[in-house]
Amino acid sequence: MISIDWFLALSALLFCIGIIGVLIRKNAIVIFMCVELMLNAVNLSLISFSSYYGNIDGQILVFFALAVAAAEAVVGLAIIIAIFRNNLSVDINKVNLMRW
Amino acid sequence: MITYFFVFLAVLAVASALAMVISKNTVNSALFLVLNMVSLAGLFLLLKAQFLAVIQILVYAGAIMVLFLFVIMLLNVQDEERLFNKFRLKYFVAFLLGVGVFSQIIYSIGSFTDTLPTVSSDMAYVGTVEAVGDVMFTEYLLPFELTAILLTAAVVGALIVAQHKIKSGATND
Repeated sequence: MISIDWFLALSALLFCIGIIGVLIRKNAIVIFMCVELMLNAVNLSLISFSSYYGNIDGQILVFFALAVAAAEAVVGLAIIIAIFRNNLSVDINKVNLMRW
Repeated sequence: MITYFFVFLAVLAVASALAMVISKNTVNSALFLVLNMVSLAGLFLLLKAQFLAVIQILVYAGAIMVLFLFVIMLLNVQDEERLFNKFRLKYFVAFLLGVGVFSQIIYSIGSFTDTLPTVSSDMAYVGTVEAVGDVMFTEYLLPFELTAILLTAAVVGALIVAQHKIKSGATND
């Protein structure tokens, strides 16, 4: 059996790719997808802990995280559509309604 | 054998995540994210979490990514000419921050040793549908029902936000 460290390192790597994507991309949809990637990375570490400890609670938490991710995707995409209607762009540099 | 599977799936996951971040076309990004989720589902199978592997493909790769692709096609966004911002310092700081968080996590993983229990034979059945359902509908029944309310609220909220004309008439264009 592989050591748990490899799963955790993979999870950390995916999480950091997600962080870099959120920070450097301009397209709001791609930023949103990077957030989903980060959620997935955390799910991976939760499942690896759950599996290696033989405790099912981590997997239940992943299930709820999936439900929250679905709700978040729906609301976030609705917000992106609303912004696109007003601005005709999904470039976050051009969205300055709540900026001062 | 398991090690080879792990290496294959891990390389696939990291490569598709990187490709998602650096591809110019948004549709390609979304498809790379689907590939990433499928490889993560394979990793869940390696960890003996069969139920969540199936749910990962059904909910994430199926439902959520179809929603993303719908929105991308609906908005008809053009490819970006320049992928990153012109301001290079921000890009550099983002890279440093990402490396910082990564090394911090690796450091805390490295200092964690010998706290895992020895695996008994009944621990191997943790991830089956039966085991998950057994706990979810007894101990976690209330959070499960609250999830239903959360999803309903999200759908209603999305309908209101994405509506064409909001009644209050506050225009901001």
